[in-house]
Amino acid sequence: MAAESRLRLVSIYPMLLGTYGDGGNLQVLAMRARARGLQVEAIELDAGEPVPDGGDLYLLGGGEDDAQVAAARALRADGGLARAVTRGAAVFSVCAGYQVLGTVFPGSDGVPEPGLELLDVSTDRLPKRAVGELLAVPIAEGLRQPLTGYENHAGATHLGPEAAALAHVEVGVGNGTSASTSGGVFSEGAFSGHVLGTYLHGPGLARNPELADLLLSWVTGGPLDPWVNGDIEALRAERLAAVRRRA
Amino acid sequence: MRLQAAAGLGRMAGVLSKSLGRGDGQVIGGRVILAACPDAFARLVAGKRVAFVSATNGKTTTTRLLAAAMAAAGPVVTNFSGANMPAGLVYALARPPVGVRPDAPAVLEADETFLPGLLAAAPSALLVLGNLSRDQLDRVGEVAMVARRWRKVFAAGAGLSAVANADDPHVVWAASVIPGVTWVSVGQRWTSDSALCPSCGSILRRATVDDPGNPDWSCTSCGFRRPTPTWRLEPADHGHSAVLVAPDGARYTLDLQLPGQANQANAAMAVVAADALGVRPDISVLALRSVSSVGGRYQTVSLAGRRVRLLLGKNPAGWSEMFDMLAPAPAPVVIAINARAADGKDPSWLWDVPFERLADRFVVATGERRHDLAVRLLYAGIAYASVADPWLPGALPGEVGDAGRGETPLDSVGTYTAFREVLRRGGGAGDGG
Repeated sequence: MAAESRLRLVSIYPMLLGTYGDGGNLQVLAMRARARGLQVEAIELDAGEPVPDGGDLYLLGGGEDDAQVAAARALRADGGLARAVTRGAAVFSVCAGYQVLGTVFPGSDGVPEPGLELLDVSTDRLPKRAVGELLAVPIAEGLRQPLTGYENHAGATHLGPEAAALAHVEVGVGNGTSASTSGGVFSEGAFSGHVLGTYLHGPGLARNPELADLLLSWVTGGPLDPWVNGDIEALRAERLAAVRRRA
Repeated sequence: MRLQAAAGLGRMAGVLSKSLGRGDGQVIGGRVILAACPDAFARLVAGKRVAFVSATNGKTTTTRLLAAAMAAAGPVVTNFSGANMPAGLVYALARPPVGVRPDAPAVLEADETFLPGLLAAAPSALLVLGNLSRDQLDRVGEVAMVARRWRKVFAAGAGLSAVANADDPHVVWAASVIPGVTWVSVGQRWTSDSALCPSCGSILRRATVDDPGNPDWSCTSCGFRRPTPTWRLEPADHGHSAVLVAPDGARYTLDLQLPGQANQANAAMAVVAADALGVRPDISVLALRSVSSVGGRYQTVSLAGRRVRLLLGKNPAGWSEMFDMLAPAPAPVVIAINARAADGKDPSWLWDVPFERLADRFVVATGERRHDLAVRLLYAGIAYASVADPWLPGALPGEVGDAGRGETPLDSVGTYTAFREVLRRGGGAGDGG
């Protein structure tokens, strides 16, 4: 965090990467940070606007194919996000935004498009689009609660040696790929240092407050006081019950 | 003979389903007809003048308004109450109102994903195309994909004609392959799904950034731009009624009973489409004024001792029009969210709706996915209560006060199935109205 102890949250091109409600992740982080007494500056960047490299936590959401390619090209040309990551900033990315952080992803009409190489993953096409509830058991340190969300994508994401899986899929597809050691169970999401990607919409941080607080703790440098709300717990309980009933 | 027999079976199934309280029977009836006679749609529209109304939002209302305008000139066949997939269309065509001749024109609402598949059977149809935005992403797919599918099929249909919204880039991209489109400017308040040029993927330039209210748009890269509209809607403003300006400069005052700017746009599309089908605008606008609710939308019913006005809010673009329709703050509002197949199974679009605009009101969150709405409202900083069934006696929280007990009804906004549920419980009319 910056010296004046103001948390800078930067939402990258929500007009392009915000088709699936992921703009809500910014609101969730901002309110949870303020509830802990932190000063927050929330920045939403217009499409193509230069990315300030002094942010603490950057957010990328899901979007349509053409918008994803446009965002990737603008971010590559700009370089601000890469500089921020080198400096140690955290990144939370979802779906199309997650794919953009990798080395390559399927662009318009499936033509491979180079990514930003900020996360050691590569994405090609799933045989069939993954649409539906996603439930995953976290394996990343600092997460204990099941991860719940909604996925809607056609990407099969392969993890390279520098990236670790965020979770194992219990219901759904997630990355649509599995490590040789995991007995065929699909992995979900990936992280490396403080750069994290996932297929969880919902938005993911509205449905998984523990993940939201993990990201906040990364940038504040320590654990946060608990902030529990009955309606969030009710939403989680209802979703977990619904997805397990169907599975 | 086979078509007639199939239609008879379908009617029986429809009546049976309705009498068992399983719905209004249209979809079941249509499915039975299609099972018995798979080419029923093509045979039912053969020889007819057909208009298809399609859009993400407003297609049921525009269909209702266009049918009302056409009815001023003679009998018309139409699918009421939003049964807009092939089975619903077939059922409407197979059981036209008594006395309607087989060559009467058909005004048909078509789901945007099913529209392409219907055109082979009606190669000289008039298309009435309003808007495209994110909706039911689990089923419909992404907006650019829908526009591309439309464009491909429209390009192959040599006999098609169209009335289309010049202010929506996706609609223009799809319709501009049809020769001689009648372009209408009815506005586009929700622009978050058309940041990019549908033709080349570059960022679109919007005139409204520097000149609020100017609907012009153009691509900064490939030259794709808004076509010059020949008809133009001047929305209602500070007590002035909405006016539709014709190509010859004639001005038609709309004076609708239906509320909101979105319905002025729907009415404008209907008047221009009726003109294309041979009904004069001065006759159409009079016919539209008689419509006060559409499939229960905007209808007031009695529930839990209160007068409750029913509104349909099913996606972010629709909600962007909703805030102006609600009774003014601090009036409370009931919002019911379901996520069944007909609603779209992913309600995360709630986070694309600026519910912050409900500050200074109290919100009752209900429906099967009320917890999703409650969390959205929590993070928006809105005062709310989550209630499983607010229409049980005494279930509405005290903050709702006397709303709906006086002159002004209590507004209830729901997703499609949630709205239908409140309509049913309130004893409202699902059809026509």
